[in-house]
Amino acid sequence: MTFLGHFSYWITMFLLAAGLYIVIARGHLVKKLIGLSIFQTSVYLLYIAPGKLIGGTAPIVDDRYTVYSNPLPHVLILTAIVVGIATLALGLALVVRIREAYGTAEEDEILDRDEAAAREDAAT
Amino acid sequence: MRQYLVLRVVAKIMIPFMLLFALYVQFHGDFGPGGGFQAGVIIAAAIIFYAIVFGLPTARRVVPDRLVETCLAAGVLIYAGVGFVGIFLGGNFLDYFVLDHDPVHGQHRGIFWVEVGVCVTVAGVMLKIFYMFAARRRDGGDE
Amino acid sequence: MMAVVAVVIALQGNLFAVVILGSVYSFLMATALVALDAVDVAMTEAAVGAGISTVLLLGALYLVRGEEQKARSRPWIPLVVSVAMAGTLVFGTFGLREFSDPTAPIHTHVAPRYINDAARETGVPNIVTAVLASYRGYDTLGETTVVFTAGAGVIALLRRRRRPEADGDRR
Repeated sequence: MTFLGHFSYWITMFLLAAGLYIVIARGHLVKKLIGLSIFQTSVYLLYIAPGKLIGGTAPIVDDRYTVYSNPLPHVLILTAIVVGIATLALGLALVVRIREAYGTAEEDEILDRDEAAAREDAAT
Repeated sequence: MRQYLVLRVVAKIMIPFMLLFALYVQFHGDFGPGGGFQAGVIIAAAIIFYAIVFGLPTARRVVPDRLVETCLAAGVLIYAGVGFVGIFLGGNFLDYFVLDHDPVHGQHRGIFWVEVGVCVTVAGVMLKIFYMFAARRRDGGDE
Repeated sequence: MMAVVAVVIALQGNLFAVVILGSVYSFLMATALVALDAVDVAMTEAAVGAGISTVLLLGALYLVRGEEQKARSRPWIPLVVSVAMAGTLVFGTFGLREFSDPTAPIHTHVAPRYINDAARETGVPNIVTAVLASYRGYDTLGETTVVFTAGAGVIALLRRRRRPEADGDRR
């Protein structure tokens, strides 16, 4: 197990942790969504990096090459990318509606407003 | 943006090439990188570019809402249609080799129509989502 | 470089800068993917991540408005959680194969059949397209439906009724 042998995994883990940190620690909803997309992108790297063969080429059959990188992760990640943007679009639409309903897009303020509304409901 | 002459001229030159490139990516997806998703996204990007430079109402006149919404659904129906044609011709769902007397040609046809379906839906969805976001005013009204 | 961009995104408060940095991140990811021989994926990631995603984020940012505010409590627990998770995963990667190991299971299970037979059986040189549209065509149908559902969902969420009556319902 060399450092270079596993470097691709470790950079993936770092990006994953960074994305996760942005999602849990930051308050603004749009920033959370960007953190989520960073998280998803690091997972693409996690799948595609093991498929690469040094000396191979892109998986398009041609007479000049004999060694190809593995096409199977590419297929899965292609689907994952498109699903990722679908999630992002829906998330952003939800954020826009939340902003209109609450007047803010910060998580702390939204929770405050919910608590205040709950207290009012309990008092009346 | 309409006042900036350079932007207008450059956009008018670039947008046909972008659309042509999208078609190239779509149909050349068998021989090089590309395929339905990429082509659909590039088409949507070209029309979004047009909308950004020339204004959303103009873009809505050129590519009306009904057309976009029709494309959204039509792509999925084309895809499912290819599947059902496979059943009608005797194979299973989404069998391609029954589409022609030569199975390899049948695969070619099936892959072609399937990719067209994917491209149409993806382009429609991306464009529709952009229209919805861009048309909304800050207080929640609609232009 | 991508790590640097990710860290700056986490720390930066100006949201417009964050969106542009996200676009930069997507471009860097696309470049890395080309280096890893994933040309189809790189093209999709560049088009989707750096193009459409940025456009949508900018549109949403215009509608949402505002800077990010200072966090109320020090973010030690999330930092500890992230680092702990990363540490556990790194420990897990010690059992994985080295980079570009030809005997790794990923290369010996199903992939040789696709690489050897795809061009002959489907007549399409691009193996990724052949697998996506033919061998695993059912999955792609599901994915197209997911994209359609996302579009329908956004329409349902952001549609405005143009009724002229003055009902206070803002749906």
